[in-house]
Amino acid sequence: MTETMDVTGSAIGRPLRRKEDARLLHGQTNWTDNIQLAGTLHMAVLRSPMAHAKIAHIDVSPALERPHVVAAFSAKELGELNGAVPCVWPVTDDIQMPPFHALAVDKVRHVGDCVAVVIANTKYAAADALDAIDVDYEPLPAVIDMEAALKQGSVAVHDAADGSLGTNRCYDFPLKPTGDGSFEAAVKAAGDDAVVVKRRFINQRIIAGFMEPRAVVASPMGMSNEMTVWSATQIPHVLRVLLALVTGLPENTLRIVAPDVGGGFGGKLQLYREEVLAVQIARHLGRTVKWVETRSEDMVSSHHGRDQIQDIQIAATKDGKLIGMKVDLLANMGAYLQIITPGIPLLGMFMFPAIYKMDAYEFSCTGVFTNTTPTDAIRGAGRPEATYAIERIMDELAAELGMDPLKLREMNWIKNTEFPYTTVAGLAYDSGNYEAATERALELFGYDELRAEQEQRRASGDPVQLGLGISTFTEMCGLAPSRTLGALKYVAGGWEHCTIRALPTGKIELITGTSPHGQGHETAWSQIASSILGVPVDDIEVVHGDTGRAPYGMDTYGSRSLAVGGQAIKKAAERLVEKARIIAAHQLECSPDDLDFIQGEFRVKGDPAKAQPLAAVAFEAFTAHNLPDGVEPTLQAEATVDPNDFSYPHGTHLAAMEVDVETGKVKIRKYVAVDDCGVQVNPLIVEGQVHGGLVCGIAQALYEGVEYDSDGNLLTASLADYLIPSAADLPSFITDRTETPSTTNPLGTKGIGEAGAIASTPAIINGIVDALRPMGVTDVKMPATPENVWRAIQAAQGGAQ
Amino acid sequence: MTSLYEEIPAAPPADVPTRRVTITVNGDRRTLDIEPRLLLSHLIRQGLQLTGTHMGCDTTGCGTCTVLLNGRPVKSCTVLAVQADGREVETVEGLSSAQQLHPLQEGFKQEHGLQCGYCTPGMMMAAKALLERNPNPTEDEVRWALSGNICRCTGYQNIVKAVLWAADKMREQEG
Repeated sequence: MTETMDVTGSAIGRPLRRKEDARLLHGQTNWTDNIQLAGTLHMAVLRSPMAHAKIAHIDVSPALERPHVVAAFSAKELGELNGAVPCVWPVTDDIQMPPFHALAVDKVRHVGDCVAVVIANTKYAAADALDAIDVDYEPLPAVIDMEAALKQGSVAVHDAADGSLGTNRCYDFPLKPTGDGSFEAAVKAAGDDAVVVKRRFINQRIIAGFMEPRAVVASPMGMSNEMTVWSATQIPHVLRVLLALVTGLPENTLRIVAPDVGGGFGGKLQLYREEVLAVQIARHLGRTVKWVETRSEDMVSSHHGRDQIQDIQIAATKDGKLIGMKVDLLANMGAYLQIITPGIPLLGMFMFPAIYKMDAYEFSCTGVFTNTTPTDAIRGAGRPEATYAIERIMDELAAELGMDPLKLREMNWIKNTEFPYTTVAGLAYDSGNYEAATERALELFGYDELRAEQEQRRASGDPVQLGLGISTFTEMCGLAPSRTLGALKYVAGGWEHCTIRALPTGKIELITGTSPHGQGHETAWSQIASSILGVPVDDIEVVHGDTGRAPYGMDTYGSRSLAVGGQAIKKAAERLVEKARIIAAHQLECSPDDLDFIQGEFRVKGDPAKAQPLAAVAFEAFTAHNLPDGVEPTLQAEATVDPNDFSYPHGTHLAAMEVDVETGKVKIRKYVAVDDCGVQVNPLIVEGQVHGGLVCGIAQALYEGVEYDSDGNLLTASLADYLIPSAADLPSFITDRTETPSTTNPLGTKGIGEAGAIASTPAIINGIVDALRPMGVTDVKMPATPENVWRAIQAAQGGAQ
Repeated sequence: MTSLYEEIPAAPPADVPTRRVTITVNGDRRTLDIEPRLLLSHLIRQGLQLTGTHMGCDTTGCGTCTVLLNGRPVKSCTVLAVQADGREVETVEGLSSAQQLHPLQEGFKQEHGLQCGYCTPGMMMAAKALLERNPNPTEDEVRWALSGNICRCTGYQNIVKAVLWAADKMREQEG
């Protein structure tokens, strides 16, 4: 397929090859680390080797003696420039929000905490001089385990002397309906018919693992008073506001550029300490300051994700009808609150009831401080944790009831005819077709044949057992209606912006507030605009990621870019056509109502030979020689759209897992993913997003997990110790789709960036547990390494003896 | 003369020992005075300004810095630049001319084998080495040949397809 679009049909729905690729394939790129400005100074960060300690003494002056060192700072030297890094989601009125400075003041609270910086003429010189800094730490006991952290008498990560309450309890968020809506009342009402299953699931801590390390260049050498900041970030617009608030620099002098950004997965949805430091020091020295992290720094200082202890109860009648659910979470905040740390588990609050109908739902979450790297959003952010818990416990309930897990799900999910449906968690699901997605998945999977093989292997005592894992998931995406965010105490809005300009040379400039870092917005957004403007995809240039060129936006996270940003593109394009119509009517000497807009040109109804292409209208708007009265020159339109609601992609994922019961080794024999993300703008890109998401979720199930020792040392501190899977660790997936258009946005689209990551983790673990259930195994610790699987088997067998 | 200290407009510091090396990069023979501890990846990126080679880690763990050294894939973040003395280095910039995509580049585009593009140059260099020694690999052989290169975006499926696409195309061109 060629990239050049004929304009006879809609560009939406075509698997166009990406416009982004040619440049990236030639290595013709602009990562933040590629930026080399004259006179740049390099920053290196001294990080705490201890999880919890008092800084008894610190002297940076010996570093100044080292060659090529220009400056060095600890919190003391930085003084008022040592800005406090904000959290914008105070989830409760009485949440503890301890101060979080860019450089640690008096105490360090996790391994990797920023203690001091050296500024030098070269990267090597800055790194070399770090060891000249003289620091005396007085070690304090570290608290790593959440339950230990909540015990009376536990050492406090932020103690009273730091102006905190001296407890590690960051917040308690209860959602406790009283009376008949309570879980207890519902179970009681069912009497002897109620079956309650209770489980504790551990959703382990993971890292984001973007391939491009974080990097920032802060340059006060811009035009006029401008401070230009290039950063490997997902959120240039949000960063601009926050950096202005933190540094006191006037927002109108800050220009933030996210150039080529090499992946984010939530890990670059952050205002990081190093960004604050680079800006403040650049401002102080009047020089450009650059910092690029090493992977070792990334592992201890880029935020981590997940890390919940989930106590779940689910109740059903004996014949399998769900009654209710009770969820009690402990959520690890780490040592400090970053941008939306406390809110992440609450995004999950809405998703525990998932696609199922029930009448009672209770939720509570306690945020806990520990001496670990702060946590925050990673691909899915709260929803993978919730989906893992509900899909796991549905399997446990099915086993308890002696039902087929698929039958149990089918019996309880919202039927296609029941949409729109308001769930017990209060979300109004607009659309969905769980039956269709499941039917298609079963076909592709060969469910009955695999069940038969499973029986055979069980009967013959095969050392390699087979298990079938199911995940019928949904998620909420498209963050978010601003009012909803306000009600949840989130400080920002959830709108998105687009400006479209028809330039006098016939080219289209599409300026979006979304900020891609691999998702293919340049191609997909061109397809949306092309379908409305009738202009070839190649004639549309998508501008993004630079607050100087794209001043308005809320950036890219939470599968929002298409679901929200797409609406702004559509609206702006339609407005542009309406303005052009008035000019065209004037040119063609007819009424605007007498014009059709077809294939990029205005045609007089009944006289199609009389026509004016959009490009000619744009040129007329540029010269402005003969515009109708009251019409301003230039042809552009903008739209800022606040979404009416979330959208709810869903799907059915099935995993056939082979488990060697002698060694604990597992293998994915077959994986089928049928996803429904509504209307697909570019199915090629959608499939790529699904693949990547799947592997992220599978990696959590099988390979990845952050480990600390009891002193708070990070044991998984390099990519040699933290296993991000490679091509050799994974199979090819069978993917397909159903298409149930969303009714919450005019394009009918739903997000797809996180779906795979949300769905796949429970499918894999359910498959492993299904294989081992006859041996008495009811859970396997993630990641399900051979060791963890083997231990689960041994523990179950020991119990049986 | 090129060294990392070229970033400083003034002369490199006298106290830093350097060593003269001759390295052929993408067919271009270069004589350079470098610090013995300089990493090959830093020489390529900063010294030679070939920024198509990326660095994703500092422990040989990710493969984004993969280049060919005398035709064999190496992770240039754990090769000292002095080790490349007298040898040939090939980077992504040497894959193709601006007009003509290498079949691997074409394959990655056709099969949507890249998203953010950060791992892509390293992937393509590792794949090039594979296809030179094995022009008709199986899916499994492609997966193992790329097992030292991490991608967080694609889930690898389309990368594997891209390499197989390129293998077909290259055999066609040969045949």
